[in-house]
Amino acid sequence: MTRPQDALVAVLRRLRELLPPEGLVTDSAELRTYECDGLTHFRVVPALVVLARSSADVRLVVSVCGQEGVPYVARGAGTGLSGGAVPHAEGVLIVLAKMRAILEIDPANQRAVVEPGVANLDVSRAAAPSGYYYAPDPSSQQVCSIGGNVAENSGGAHCLKYGFTTNHVTGLEVVTPDGELLELGGKAPDPPGYDLMGALVGSEGTLGIVTKVTVRLLRSPETVRTLLAGFADTDAAGDAVSSIIAVGLLPAAIEMMDALAIEAAEAAVGCAYPEGAGAVLIVELDGPEVEVVTALAEVEQHCHAAGAFELRRAATPAERTQIWHGRKSAFAAVGRISPDYIVQDGVVPRTALPSVLREINRLSKEAGLRVANVFHAGDGNLHPLVLFDASRPGELALAEELSSRILETCLRHGGSITGEHGVGLDKVTSMAKMFRPDDLDTMQLLRCAFDPDNLCNPAKIFPTPRLCGERPGRQSPHPIEVAGLAERY
Amino acid sequence: MKLLESLASVCASGGARSGEAADEVDGLLPEVVAAPVTTEEVAAVVGLCAATKTTMLARGSGTKLDWGGSPESLGVVIDLSGLNGVVEHEPGDFVVSLRAGTTLAALDRELERAGQRLPIDEVVPNSSVGGVIATGLSGPSRYLHGAVRDLLIGLTVVRADGVVARSGSKVVKNVAGYDLAKLFTGSYGTLAIVTEAIFRLRPRPRAERYLSATFADEAELSAALSGILASQLAFAAVELARAEGGGPMTLGVLLEGHPDALERRMAGAAALLGKCAVSDTVPKEWGQLPGPVTLKIAVPLGFVPSLLGELSALETTLAIPLRIRGSAGVGILYVGLEPSTDQASFAELLQVLRSSVGSTGGSVVVLRAPASIKAGVDSWGPVAGLELMRRVKERFDPDRRLSPGRFVGGI
Ligand SMILES: Cc1cc2nc3c(=O)[nH]c(=O)nc-3n(C[C@H](O)[C@H](O)[C@H](O)COP(=O)(O)OP(=O)(O)OC[C@H]3O[C@@H](n4cnc5c(N)ncnc54)[C@H](O)[C@@H]3O)c2cc1C
Repeated sequence: MTRPQDALVAVLRRLRELLPPEGLVTDSAELRTYECDGLTHFRVVPALVVLARSSADVRLVVSVCGQEGVPYVARGAGTGLSGGAVPHAEGVLIVLAKMRAILEIDPANQRAVVEPGVANLDVSRAAAPSGYYYAPDPSSQQVCSIGGNVAENSGGAHCLKYGFTTNHVTGLEVVTPDGELLELGGKAPDPPGYDLMGALVGSEGTLGIVTKVTVRLLRSPETVRTLLAGFADTDAAGDAVSSIIAVGLLPAAIEMMDALAIEAAEAAVGCAYPEGAGAVLIVELDGPEVEVVTALAEVEQHCHAAGAFELRRAATPAERTQIWHGRKSAFAAVGRISPDYIVQDGVVPRTALPSVLREINRLSKEAGLRVANVFHAGDGNLHPLVLFDASRPGELALAEELSSRILETCLRHGGSITGEHGVGLDKVTSMAKMFRPDDLDTMQLLRCAFDPDNLCNPAKIFPTPRLCGERPGRQSPHPIEVAGLAERY
Repeated sequence: MKLLESLASVCASGGARSGEAADEVDGLLPEVVAAPVTTEEVAAVVGLCAATKTTMLARGSGTKLDWGGSPESLGVVIDLSGLNGVVEHEPGDFVVSLRAGTTLAALDRELERAGQRLPIDEVVPNSSVGGVIATGLSGPSRYLHGAVRDLLIGLTVVRADGVVARSGSKVVKNVAGYDLAKLFTGSYGTLAIVTEAIFRLRPRPRAERYLSATFADEAELSAALSGILASQLAFAAVELARAEGGGPMTLGVLLEGHPDALERRMAGAAALLGKCAVSDTVPKEWGQLPGPVTLKIAVPLGFVPSLLGELSALETTLAIPLRIRGSAGVGILYVGLEPSTDQASFAELLQVLRSSVGSTGGSVVVLRAPASIKAGVDSWGPVAGLELMRRVKERFDPDRRLSPGRFVGGI
């Protein structure tokens, strides 16, 4: 077995021969700029960075790494919040950010074909002149890449009505760990065979590297109406959400912020939310004008009935942007009211929201740390932000403890450890709390089929890697069977 | 102990019996039919089959056993019809978990009481949820509400080695771990046996209107169809039908919404369709498959009109009557033929279609057909990623015990 260092040297030598110098980063200062993603406390400097320009480049790197047994990690824009793109110290980081061509906007087939480095929002921008848009809209959409979205199965505020990345990808070109370039799906629906594309979406870059993506474009809605409602507390706002959903209304988005999150947003962007609100709801409806107008009136009734003290309809696109501005800047805004914070991402069944919020409140008091809540109320996806001051001894540990207890609360209510940020490195241990060993083992059967040598973004998602063993199909009978001493029964 | 007896002993209430003529799948008679009624019993049945090197095939309501390729061998039919019923339905969460043998119809009766529904059409009457997942069969509602894969959020399966595994969860938003539900949907029971499923639900629409219009030629139809697809009226379904022998083509659309708002939207729809009939109940044959032999053709949306033209031309040159129906708004057309169709012409039809549809990036699959017709052709056609699919199969079912031969490339 070659030592990692020797294998790396071999990889570097091969790649130097095959790639132009500007495609390789070896300078240690420059390498350091890739040491983390959006979750900055996991830091690993990669041994080597490749700035891929084409699927051929990616294939080359993956093949060479495969031959030498060197691990590799894909990176898009590096906005991930679970450490998914954290490099391997003895591996290659394959950066897709330079592959940012929008290859096709095809309104007749309602599809766009793009390279993985394209920023999410740029797809909608390119499709807008034809009257179409790309629905999944993570808050990071100005920056995050479509490849990263595919890897994380990213959602956005509007996934309540429109679903997640997985519901909008119809084709992937992918370099598999054995160095093959595969075209899965495309512009037509239902390609025959196993839905490998479906399995790849959300696999956090552990099954292959996506080099081209075909997505569904939706016709832009005729009307969009946005409502801001102020409530005394999250219980009242939660009641409004429950009754809106219960009567069968399906807004495009229902977002909630609590008092502390509002305070932070005001401090950061001056969003002028209703004064004195203990919670606000942002409800957005879209679709045919006549439907939206009717539904908006109903939503307002439910908000009133639940005790909303102020309702504000966005009358102009500028007002709509203003309402969303507070919400979209909420994570960063918390930095205005606290030196440090942890962004948590948990999910609970929607009906459990009120009791989970009360429990978070209690945990927060116990720990003596503030928690701001920003969440996708319509589908029970919570983003509690745990505020702390790392300069105070022990507070980081306390904050981490609180954050993980919140996650356990979610699990106790039948929820999930992540609704959109992924497992990455951050939540590998939580996986064992959500799934049993047999469940994890079964997921890793898929991993073994794709990446038996465990080179493609290793150490992510799973608490313990499964040894894939020999490739099955080449199994030989047990020696005692050969000797005629036993039959399998 | 004989296999039958051992299987009977693990299926406490459903029992096991010898296979009979009615249990045949494409002419293969199973040795035993076992009827487990819990996930644990399924695991015990599968464990016994694994230990005795017996091949298995899961059966829900038994409505789609002639779909896909013919199995190579058939030891035990695992009858899941007794593994039925809703496990949990919390209306406020718009999520239901249920056992695989539950029929779509029974589920719908239960959800109706809460004013909810699983927007998966019952394309084949009496379908069980497990069978719908295994074949990935979606109907007209897919246009707005998504396909089976999009609505399924969690699964419990029994692996080929008898191990029980879960993926997903009962919350609609969840990205923890691999989304194995996608992998198993449409896998024809060749990777694992689905015993429980969790779906996201939708409210029942307050009002529905079906509009339909007929068109004499493809150009007119094409214009109306593009108008509909580009409109902002938010249709719930866009269906197309054409009788055999080049008859008129019918475009049927569905609008769902508030009764007050619907009238206005209907006016918009009528302007796109021209003279049309309106109904507030499901039209006859809405979303049904067109024949005992059915091809499924998938193309990029924009190719639907030209595909129709090609089908009409082939109907004439090959002298095979073709009934066409499908979800034009999604890019899927089903072509129905009679079982008496001449083998050679059928093979030629398939070949010609595969070459032209293939060039659009689409596919032509023999969805269902009697064994006699399937025998001479490849039901699935070319499959991108087949080698990787084989490797997936090798990991999940290395000894090929689950429905061997039914899936792509003889998987
Ligand atoms: C302020 C802020 C707001 C956010 N809001 C949201 C939100 O609303 N919803 C949401 O879902 N997420 C959100 N995120 C998280 C993040 O933006 C998403 O996860 C996004 O999809 C990551 O994209 P990226 O290009 O930055 O990926 P990276 O961080 O570069 O990588 C993420 C993962 O994808 C893999 N990967 C990247 N490219 C490829 C490829 N081409 N092939 C295979 N694997 C690849 C990496 O290996 C890694 O595992 C937010 C992040 C920030 C910082």
